[in-house]
Amino acid sequence: MAHPLSANVPDGRLQEKWDNYKNQIKLVNPANKRKHTVIVVGTGLAGGSAAATLAELGYNVNSFCIQDSPRRAHSIAAQGGINAAKNYPNDGDTVWRLFYDTIKGGDYRSREANVHRLAQISNEIIDQCVAQGVPFAREYGGHLDNRSFGGAQVSRTFYARGQTGQQLLLGAYQAMCRQISTGQIIMFERREMLDLVVIDGYARGIITRDLVTGKIERHIADAVLLCTGGYGNVYYLSTNAKNSNVTAAWRCHRKGAYFANPAFTQIHPTCIPVSGDYQSKLTLMSESLRNDGRVWVPKKVGDSRLPQDIPDDERDYYLERRYPSFGNLVPRDVASRNAKYACDEGRGVGETKLAVYLDFRESIDRLGKNKISERYGNLFEMYERITGENPYEVPMRIYPAVHYTMGGLWVDYELQSTIPGLFVLGEANFSDHGANRLGASALMQGLADGYFVIPYTLGNYIASTKLTDADTSHAAFVEAETAATEKLDRLLSIQGTKTVTEYHRDLGRIMWDNVGMSRTAEGLETAVGLISTLREEFWENVRIPGEKTHYNKNLEFAGRVADFLELGELMARDALMRNESAGGHFREEYQTEDGEAQRNDEDFAFVGAWEYTGQNQDPKVHQEYLDFENVQLTTRSYK
Amino acid sequence: MSDSMTIHLRVWRQAGPESKGKFVNYTVADVNSHMSFLELLDVLNEQLIHAGDDPVEFDHDCREGICGACGVVIDGVAHGPQQRTAACQLHMRHYQDGDMLVLEPWRATAFPIIRDLVADRSALDRIVAAGGYVSVDTGSAPDANSILISKNESEGAFDFAACIGCGACVAACPNASASLFTGAKIAHLSGLPQGRPERKERAVAMVEQMQKEGFGDCSNHGECEAVCPKGISIAAIAIMRREYMKAKLA
Repeated sequence: MAHPLSANVPDGRLQEKWDNYKNQIKLVNPANKRKHTVIVVGTGLAGGSAAATLAELGYNVNSFCIQDSPRRAHSIAAQGGINAAKNYPNDGDTVWRLFYDTIKGGDYRSREANVHRLAQISNEIIDQCVAQGVPFAREYGGHLDNRSFGGAQVSRTFYARGQTGQQLLLGAYQAMCRQISTGQIIMFERREMLDLVVIDGYARGIITRDLVTGKIERHIADAVLLCTGGYGNVYYLSTNAKNSNVTAAWRCHRKGAYFANPAFTQIHPTCIPVSGDYQSKLTLMSESLRNDGRVWVPKKVGDSRLPQDIPDDERDYYLERRYPSFGNLVPRDVASRNAKYACDEGRGVGETKLAVYLDFRESIDRLGKNKISERYGNLFEMYERITGENPYEVPMRIYPAVHYTMGGLWVDYELQSTIPGLFVLGEANFSDHGANRLGASALMQGLADGYFVIPYTLGNYIASTKLTDADTSHAAFVEAETAATEKLDRLLSIQGTKTVTEYHRDLGRIMWDNVGMSRTAEGLETAVGLISTLREEFWENVRIPGEKTHYNKNLEFAGRVADFLELGELMARDALMRNESAGGHFREEYQTEDGEAQRNDEDFAFVGAWEYTGQNQDPKVHQEYLDFENVQLTTRSYK
Repeated sequence: MSDSMTIHLRVWRQAGPESKGKFVNYTVADVNSHMSFLELLDVLNEQLIHAGDDPVEFDHDCREGICGACGVVIDGVAHGPQQRTAACQLHMRHYQDGDMLVLEPWRATAFPIIRDLVADRSALDRIVAAGGYVSVDTGSAPDANSILISKNESEGAFDFAACIGCGACVAACPNASASLFTGAKIAHLSGLPQGRPERKERAVAMVEQMQKEGFGDCSNHGECEAVCPKGISIAAIAIMRREYMKAKLA
């Protein structure tokens, strides 16, 4: 199923491409929109905003989510903020600068046109959210407040204390609720998408499982929007929610949607460290904390004194030392690697020695406890609940953890995958963040895709495409339903001796050790072998309790882990193929003298889009070479 | 610091909405004090699966107190003993070796049980769908700074907007009232200029939906505020009543 990779970027100057696109596209007549049904899978920022907006326009929308309510999508947990180029602080921001910071932050591995559009749209997003009643932080005079985030020298981040994701998601959820009340959106909660249905080469529907009754359902539409988030849970321990998974995207991949840059994963530098084997997930401490916190480790190796007993001149504020321009606000990949090096050198802190300090003493002295509490109150409380320590009195202990995935299904300028009619939005796609995502830009991308991009691009698709008449009795639906049912039955029949969680943990360890912050060809090859073996063992020895006809969390997780066991191998292969270091993908063989990532622009300035070629067959990579017409590729330096 | 404990559990088990439920006793050894309460349930479930038994089903997702999915009544208190803390963020350092914990789902007529500790809270979404939104289509918004909102007003609205929709308020209330939940959303939106054009219709519609769902009425017990993981004040309920009365009388 070969697909020539064409990004379909419109002509014209970079700044005019999106307008040119909007001027040229076909539109769906307002009276005709109600003749079309669209499926939206996932109700996070991307899925929620898309569903609400498309319903407002008059399309019939069928929305699906795994949780009991659309408001529980993992976007809810994002803490720090959302970027936009409003330049309210008058400190030098422009659309161009936001575009440039994002492209540079992505280590020049993303598509210029997509990223510029993102920067252009950013301002409208803030307007929409405020209009919905999102309670952003305000200055005394009543205007919106801003703060800085990593990788930027301007204050362009809008926030709502430490729960910006929750408030933005509630805005989109509430907009969805308005459409649900009129019937324009039909909401299917507690449903999991088990497969995509393709008819005559076009994405026409999905197969879902009702997670309460176990019933398998067929849903048909004129287009499918996949808004199912990231695949960080392949590492088992990540900041993702427990339900976050790659299944919907992976099923699409197996049906022909290329998977791009899967090795580009982001490890967030400031998370609460692991405390034991039973650890079920890692908790993020927002990057916004690095506005006021200072990262340090003791200068001396093996210094096990309490932090309050280590005087300032015996502390190594290593980010401030190595990167004077950006200090503690270097991008995430840089901060994470430096934390790892500090611990590798034996200067880690805490019980496990796998942690560094994030210290607020100096800013509490400078600004007062009240000001710090106002900015980060809920984050400090969260830290104390989890660790039992009070960050107003002792420094936070933090360590890097898997957080976000820049890789995802390949999409063109219209957010369409290599399967016509399958659009991918938000973290589930690969498009805007290159090899590293800047803080506060995930929220921006999810809402940009859902509020302001897909309404145009989907309209163009629907107005330009004649679909064959079909209904859910079509052979493609029968086949997909049969395959999904067989997979469930097979999983339940194995009745081995090892639980799903045990397999998931094993996979996570292989991935963290070999496909984590620092990769080597040897480690990656080992990973491919280990994962393959683990996968075979899983299908022979997993033990799943209960039946498929009732609420059964283990059965759900089993299906997801089965797909992670395939994805993990693809990630290792992608990392092996990419013989350079870029952003979050660090190959030890390719680094500068002072340990920074060394890119190879001549040979690797491309998107690696992988094609599934069959069970147990080597996948095939296609290159989308990236043309940088507007930015000059430089070594990314934050010194 | 990381002592090992043995914890006893008395857990509500119920196979389905129509099944009779009952309490079953379990024991989990080697409980680390840094473990979270849900991780304790994970460990119990791994034990049960290895023994060939059905694991205890419970709702959970983010495990960081923000999604509102989790909800267990622990020793009669929704979300357990720590104030302003959801069950997922309760850690075992609050317990001692040999303690027995009684675990139940949220109990309310409006929250039918799905299985074990999992309750159906879709009534809360239907209350929001009745009017918990601002009617603004995408693309029609003015510049964000054209609406000035004082810091106080904004912070006040935020405090109510912080509701995570977990339903603990309903579970704790002797009347199983959803007043704190409904009041929080009404207070959030009527507390901001964006929400005011529709404040009357919203208050009436949401209150009436709340009643239709079979929740009880509020008789000022204040149990809801005491268990709310986000510390939402019952001032929300006072605001809801005021908005409702003004809507009906004006």
